[in-house]
Amino acid sequence: METLATLSPAFDVSTLRSAFPILERKLNGKPLVYLDNAATSQKPQVVLDALLDYYSNFNANIHRGIHTLAEEATAAYESTRDTVKDFIGAARREEIIFTRGATEAINLVAFTWGRTHLGKGDEILISGMEHHSNIVPWQMICEEKKAVLKVIPVTDSGELDMDAFHKLLSARTKLVAVVHVSNSLGTVNPVKALIDAAHAVGALALIDGAQSTVHLDIDVTGMDCDFFAFSGHKVYGPTGVGVLYGKKSILDEMPPFMGGGEMIKEVTFGKTTYNELPYKYEAGTPNIADTVALRSALDFVTATSKKAIRAHENELLQYGTGLLEQVPGLRILGRAKEKASVLSFVIDGIHPQDVGVLLDNQGIAVRTGHHCTQPLMDRFGVPGTVRASFAMYNTKEEIDRLFAGVSKAVKMLL
Amino acid sequence: MSQIQTIREREQEIVEDFSLFDTWEEKYEYIIDLGKKLPPLEEQFKKEENIIKGCQSTVWLVAEYRDGRVYYQADSNAVIVKGIISMLIRVLSGQRPEDILEAPLDFIREIGMMNHLAQTRSNGLLAMIKQIKHYALAFKNPYESEKTL
Repeated sequence: METLATLSPAFDVSTLRSAFPILERKLNGKPLVYLDNAATSQKPQVVLDALLDYYSNFNANIHRGIHTLAEEATAAYESTRDTVKDFIGAARREEIIFTRGATEAINLVAFTWGRTHLGKGDEILISGMEHHSNIVPWQMICEEKKAVLKVIPVTDSGELDMDAFHKLLSARTKLVAVVHVSNSLGTVNPVKALIDAAHAVGALALIDGAQSTVHLDIDVTGMDCDFFAFSGHKVYGPTGVGVLYGKKSILDEMPPFMGGGEMIKEVTFGKTTYNELPYKYEAGTPNIADTVALRSALDFVTATSKKAIRAHENELLQYGTGLLEQVPGLRILGRAKEKASVLSFVIDGIHPQDVGVLLDNQGIAVRTGHHCTQPLMDRFGVPGTVRASFAMYNTKEEIDRLFAGVSKAVKMLL
Repeated sequence: MSQIQTIREREQEIVEDFSLFDTWEEKYEYIIDLGKKLPPLEEQFKKEENIIKGCQSTVWLVAEYRDGRVYYQADSNAVIVKGIISMLIRVLSGQRPEDILEAPLDFIREIGMMNHLAQTRSNGLLAMIKQIKHYALAFKNPYESEKTL
């Protein structure tokens, strides 16, 4: 197996940490241990600098102005599109649509593609481990179009039941929309197999990459997915900017999502013609500053080496799993063979919220609750879990503090 | 008739208890202990209509009006929340509706538990207080509250 040392001898966590100013913060008097990365990651100084640089030096509205500032702002905004294209392995830059986040990206597909391609009795297949953002938009459009939402069951180990998936697929299936990496369990789903099977019955495939983009190498072309969605803020970038990737042939024939400026070619009161890709889907003045800064985040990840980050995070996951299993009564949810950076657990006789409060008092930030995956929590018969999720800057010492913190919480609560 | 302590008197007792604690651990151990000692709500009351919405944990609250005073019972499946509930009940149960409605409940800030009132905590303390006062309002003025209930 490849180890961190062979992959990237230069990968040094303490140097990395110094790039993230917030990590110097204290929480309740103790050095912050930030383990809520699946909710949002912290931002390196280069991202903060990029935001300040944009507003200090070349803030202007893009695409329309003829002055120098507008040209500079447009160039910076569009260069992020090129960076995203390379980051996720897309073939064309116009296949990258900027949105507010993964949620908006999925909604865009539901309300444009869905509204024009779904009919009565058509089926959409999602999984039992979806985030609410990959459930609710489909429920809404299914209700509107009298289509049917079907759910791939999840096994006890927190993996997709692939036999059940193949049985659910049929000629009625129009779309398979599945999460790449589960935010609640950390499960890495076999997306290639899901996409190929979807295509075999003539369905399209949408992959929710909100959790995967920060941890895994993404290659949308190799995967052959039709849509891929992710959020910038979970990849060390700013909040408020996300991406929808779509195959050009599909995006071309979909109707626009929102109407307004930027997305038009010609407007008369009689008829409006729409702009070409990707602008057709980017109505109004976009989130220029955050989009510009997203590039710095992605460049930072690439320069650090995604492979090295993945190896480091795997080490943390295995180390943390081994430690937490020693806590009496603790049960880890999600025992998939392939996992990414998420340790979700429950403790006998203790409510997750109590653990979260006591960890917070020890300077440790975790997430407690249902993680916007209520159906999955119901599946496992728990009201919620405590979730620790890791990023490139976390250390084994921090996992030690998590272990000590959880042990202390258990002692206090039982 | 024996004197019933006022809300403020009861609050001051709690504040005095907390003044003995030096560390967060002592404070929380006390709250956890209160939570464990709070008598569990009878199963018949643990129904959907008694659940306070907006809590990450489940919180049940029931109220009864006797001789001009409101008596509360509550429970939760999270013990820290239950400890906080226990303090609220100690302060407010058996008081007159108008006093409950007007109580600023300063003791929460005075014992350093204000962060539990933050909306983002979604632990429902705020929702709980709102519901407690809602009951008080309902008992104080049945007709008025019917319009808002």
